[in-house]
Amino acid sequence: MGVRSWFEGWPVYRQLTGTDPLGRGAAAKSDGSRALTARTDTADSMARSVCPYCAVGCGQRVFVKDGQVSQIEGDPDSPISRGRLCPKGSASKSLVTSPLRQTTVRYRRPYGTEWEDLDLDTALNMIADRVLAARDETWEDVDAEGRPLNRTLGISSLGGATLDNEENYLIKKLFTAMGALQIENQARI
Amino acid sequence: MAEAHPVGFQWVMEAKRRGAKVFHVDPRFTRTSALADSYLPIRAGTDIALLGGVVRYILDNELDFREYVVAYTNAATIVTEEYADTEDMHGLFSGFNDDNATYDQASWRYEGHSQNQTTRDSETQRETAAGLENESHGAPVGGETQRDETLQHPRCVYQILKRHFARYTPEMVERVCGIPQEKFFELARAWTENSGRDRTGMLVYSVGWTQHSVGVQYIRTGAIIQLLLGNMGRPGGGVMALRGHASIQGSTDIPTLFNLLPGYLPMPHHAEHPTLDKWVDSIAHPGQKGFWGNARTYGVNLLKAYWGDAATADNDYCYGYMPRMTGDHGTYQQVLDMIDGKIKGYFLLGQNPAVGSAHGRAQRLGMANLDWLVVRDLFMIESATFWQNAPEIETGEIAPERCRTEVFFLPAASHVEKEGTFTQTQRLLQWREKAVEPPGDARSELWFFYHLGRVIRERLATSTKPRDRALLDLAWDYPTHGPNVEPSAEAVLREINGYDVATGRPLASFTEMKDDGSTVGGCWIYTGVYADGVNQAARRKPGSEQSLVAPEWGWAWPANRRILYNRASADPDGNPWSERKRYVWWDADKSEWTGYDVPDFEKTKPPSYRPEHGASGVAGIAGDDPFILQGDGKGWLYAPTGVLDGPMPTHYEPVESPVRNPLYRQQANPTRKVYTHPINTLNPSPPEPYSQVFPYVFTVSRLTEHHTAGGMSRTVSPLAELQPEMFVEVSPELAAERGLTHLGWAHLVTARAAVEARVLVTDRLTPLRVDGRVIHQVWLPYHFGFEGLVTGDSANDLFGISLDPNVLIQESKVGTCDIRSGRRPRGAELLALVVDYRRRSGDLNPHYPPQVTTDSADSGPDQEV
Ligand code: SF4
Repeated sequence: MGVRSWFEGWPVYRQLTGTDPLGRGAAAKSDGSRALTARTDTADSMARSVCPYCAVGCGQRVFVKDGQVSQIEGDPDSPISRGRLCPKGSASKSLVTSPLRQTTVRYRRPYGTEWEDLDLDTALNMIADRVLAARDETWEDVDAEGRPLNRTLGISSLGGATLDNEENYLIKKLFTAMGALQIENQARI
Repeated sequence: MAEAHPVGFQWVMEAKRRGAKVFHVDPRFTRTSALADSYLPIRAGTDIALLGGVVRYILDNELDFREYVVAYTNAATIVTEEYADTEDMHGLFSGFNDDNATYDQASWRYEGHSQNQTTRDSETQRETAAGLENESHGAPVGGETQRDETLQHPRCVYQILKRHFARYTPEMVERVCGIPQEKFFELARAWTENSGRDRTGMLVYSVGWTQHSVGVQYIRTGAIIQLLLGNMGRPGGGVMALRGHASIQGSTDIPTLFNLLPGYLPMPHHAEHPTLDKWVDSIAHPGQKGFWGNARTYGVNLLKAYWGDAATADNDYCYGYMPRMTGDHGTYQQVLDMIDGKIKGYFLLGQNPAVGSAHGRAQRLGMANLDWLVVRDLFMIESATFWQNAPEIETGEIAPERCRTEVFFLPAASHVEKEGTFTQTQRLLQWREKAVEPPGDARSELWFFYHLGRVIRERLATSTKPRDRALLDLAWDYPTHGPNVEPSAEAVLREINGYDVATGRPLASFTEMKDDGSTVGGCWIYTGVYADGVNQAARRKPGSEQSLVAPEWGWAWPANRRILYNRASADPDGNPWSERKRYVWWDADKSEWTGYDVPDFEKTKPPSYRPEHGASGVAGIAGDDPFILQGDGKGWLYAPTGVLDGPMPTHYEPVESPVRNPLYRQQANPTRKVYTHPINTLNPSPPEPYSQVFPYVFTVSRLTEHHTAGGMSRTVSPLAELQPEMFVEVSPELAAERGLTHLGWAHLVTARAAVEARVLVTDRLTPLRVDGRVIHQVWLPYHFGFEGLVTGDSANDLFGISLDPNVLIQESKVGTCDIRSGRRPRGAELLALVVDYRRRSGDLNPHYPPQVTTDSADSGPDQEV
């Protein structure tokens, strides 16, 4: 390292001669931090998304590297949030990449004391069996005066406010065709 | 708002910087209070008394925006002489029926109307939460009314309102709410001074208002003030509901709710809606004004979206397939039915009732008595592990080897692992792109329900049972893609939007819908979100490159309108009320409505348009009727029908209160929904004896760092670290009274449960002087449960189940309790403690305070002289 570059590497020199007289930006940068790159710069792709917590609807940018979420940031373009996220929105990456997330189907048989493993397809078929059986056992065609009821009160469902409109639409459509009325979500709470 | 909707709160701060005055009313001093100009501590459950005081202040001082009020509200409309007010009836309105504790609404009707046009009696309306149907419009009422625009007629709404609120004086506000009169005057003055031609004031609320036995009337009171001050349909005005989940608005518009169908169409009722004609007539009400006149079109389009080619004019578009309600099928009724063994299977889709719903013990015991339970979530939540880890294991009420419920836990895809739209709190739909594939077995709900439907339909393929026709004829062909065979969310959005059957062209507006089966549309209020075949919800033009209204970011229902009823931002002649508040106006040269937003009015209907006598539907709306979804085109200061607990709000005490209602002999909402089930017992309240056993008021709310029942926050390490433990906030005075030490333990007891928490002694809670005595309030976060990185007792376990009659939402923002130093007992001793409290409060049987208390004149200085 020559004397000149040693001298120019000195933060006070940079502060006095450069564009950062207060020494709060480039002038104070160390070699270490200069060598860093933001995860957002090296991402393979970015998806425009929305915070999954409250109904303010802050914009998010979801950065992906090697098929994994590498960063989630506020979307500065959003006229709602102008790039900001609160502690929950800022924790979204921890939410979606949390090691506590369940990623396999778990099954607890009646009177069981432990969880067991179950194949997803088997679970789907078992649930279909149970839905059809519950529906058959509790089906009501007509009321006491012979007016149509077309329903089952043997099946309930709760939840929807954290889901997409398209999902709620299919849930309601299928349950309605099934005659399952007792469909509720957080809006009732 | 700074606590629970922090990023939204930036706009409040922006307004404050520009000179807006910010008032915060809350039982507890929060991060919002810290940033407000003025903070008003209030006794939980008394907001109608405070707001009623503001209504009285406006009317007494004639501070209403008179031109707006006369032209745009029903202030001038005359009411029948059969109507009698709470003033004359100890807090009840005319029409009260003791037998079933409901009102016959006939005497509330407008003069000249033969009857209110609702077809359902009030009890059926309560059972079916009919108030929710009115989320996008008023209850049905005939369009032609008798009016006195001088507002002098003794039976015009203006005069009725004035009499009704006469006793809500500043002294009474102080006596009921514990708010000093100077504070009240400061609020009332600022609100009225900042409303009118040049200024607007905004009211913001959240579930602190909805979770009450009089929740709908809280919001009605706010709406009355905003209408009187001319703050509706104008920029900077409005009543803003801040909702708590990413798409809770969407799940109300496209409802996973028992009593609604998409677009606020009612789920058919077995007695009232036997046929398609009866169903649509009950919505459209022949003779009423406005866009609900087209209800048949909206209904037929939904049926076509559900049953596709099978739905024809000849079979009434498969209306006969619809299941029918017979009464209350809401979530709390369901839980009681689970306890009673009537329900076999339960799906939980991203909701955690073991922590988030009122009366957690009832929730958990219900789940422990099912044949099967399917939990779809990101994490192992309490509602999936109740059979293993619930507090009832310790008390012996649940034992794994005796619990028969078969539990399927299916991991869900997160918001970045699927695409689709959320509808945020201002009706704005925003499309999310998918970033990555979901891990392992995790799948979207779209995947799960599409494939569940596919498998079920395959099973039934050869069925000849009539009951299976609705499933077999269902339009269920959605394109799929990718290794997981994921259905296309965009195809579903297109169906929601609607299209022309013959050409497949997406509809641009619900006005293009036909009632002859030639168009399909799954949710009429969302029509336009896929206009021109373009996903309008995916629009992302940067806010900085647009006007303040930002119309090209996402898409808002209806018709991409950002402020509803914005015709009211112009005067009756169509000119802006002022330059400052210019928003939407009539352009006389072009003969059309124009402005910064999509006008909420027929584009070419001039302000001077007057309907012919007898005109109904859209043609019945005059050129100066801004409230185009109301049967009479007016904003309702007085609701002649549809609000089950009265045409105007009235202060009732919470169902559990330590205070006798200082305003009327009637203590609590007489029409509230009561569940008399052995598990649901309530603390006594005045005028009953023994209310002093539960002398303190408790309220619950959110922390910034956690989300609802904690399933998405107590599982996330940065959030869990920020708020690691269940706590209770108490005032220094109460701490001294009950021997509680800062950072020590305390437990709270009600007739349902005892929960423990660390004590935070803080002057964020103030003892209030109410009706001559000191009332202490305590506050708890409701986020904690027994799973996750950080755990604690659940505050919602403390609540019983009492519901608002209009929408069947529970009172879980206020209750009474005792608080004691130290940790709660464990196991059988815990049950014994609760039983002991019930014995001391007079009754070991399930207890319910009386619905009607107008015979009890024992409320100290009885106001009713
Ligand atoms: S970042 Fe915070 S304020 Fe914004 S939507 Fe998410 S939870 Fe709500």
